[in-house]
Amino acid sequence: MSSTFELNASFSALADPTRRAILARLASGEATVMELAKPFEMTQPAISQHLKVLEEAGLIVQRIDGAKRPRRLATAGIAAMDQWLAMLRKAFEKNYDRLDEVLAAMEPTTKGKRR
Amino acid sequence: MTKMTLKTEGDTHIVVTRRFAASPEAVYRAHTDPKIIQKWLLGPEGWTMPACICDARPGGKFRYEWSHPRQGRFHITGEFVELEPPHRIVHIERMHLPDPTPDNHVETWFDADGTGTLMTIRMTLPDEQTRAAMLSTGMERGMEASYVRLERIF
Repeated sequence: MSSTFELNASFSALADPTRRAILARLASGEATVMELAKPFEMTQPAISQHLKVLEEAGLIVQRIDGAKRPRRLATAGIAAMDQWLAMLRKAFEKNYDRLDEVLAAMEPTTKGKRR
Repeated sequence: MTKMTLKTEGDTHIVVTRRFAASPEAVYRAHTDPKIIQKWLLGPEGWTMPACICDARPGGKFRYEWSHPRQGRFHITGEFVELEPPHRIVHIERMHLPDPTPDNHVETWFDADGTGTLMTIRMTLPDEQTRAAMLSTGMERGMEASYVRLERIF
């Protein structure tokens, strides 16, 4: 993994792919345990265990809504998603910087050419 | 570098814009000619594209394969839906890890912008779960292979 993206302590909670997927799911909005369990083909107790780890890491928070305990991303979780987007942005930029050079080399021969 | 923007839009879109100092014809060609694609669509340092097939016509298929000395290999397959050279490309693609990811629908525009080109890419995932899965894959793959995948999304 790139040293640019060294993970801090709270990211150790993300060593598990299911927990990463839960975080990503919550990036698109609050969800109940049942909603979170659905795409992972896991039991609700298994998902609850993952949620506990994420909560202890400060990545998600829950609120009380009657009998439900919907979860949403905490600030740290949002930061994790922002970091992912920053990484994606960086990779795109690298490709396009490369493309700039490729275009500079090919443009003279294609100028005025129409398809 | 500040000339590129990348942002999420709603639950299922990712939008990227970038300006190039070249004509829409040249930028379009760089996205449809396999020999040119192999020169720049490589993602982070260390990755190469040993195989690149790109049949840029409506219904035509493409297949890009990436390789890294330590992180292995993976590939993307896709189909072109619409092509309006040199201004617009619509295609569908998915990544193979090796199981295929859900289809990503991508529309790319190349608009004349002064003496250059403004490129706009709009990716549409089928639903928020898919974008979430895409994001999680991004984190799972040591972040490297994943952004090759995601940046490949046009």
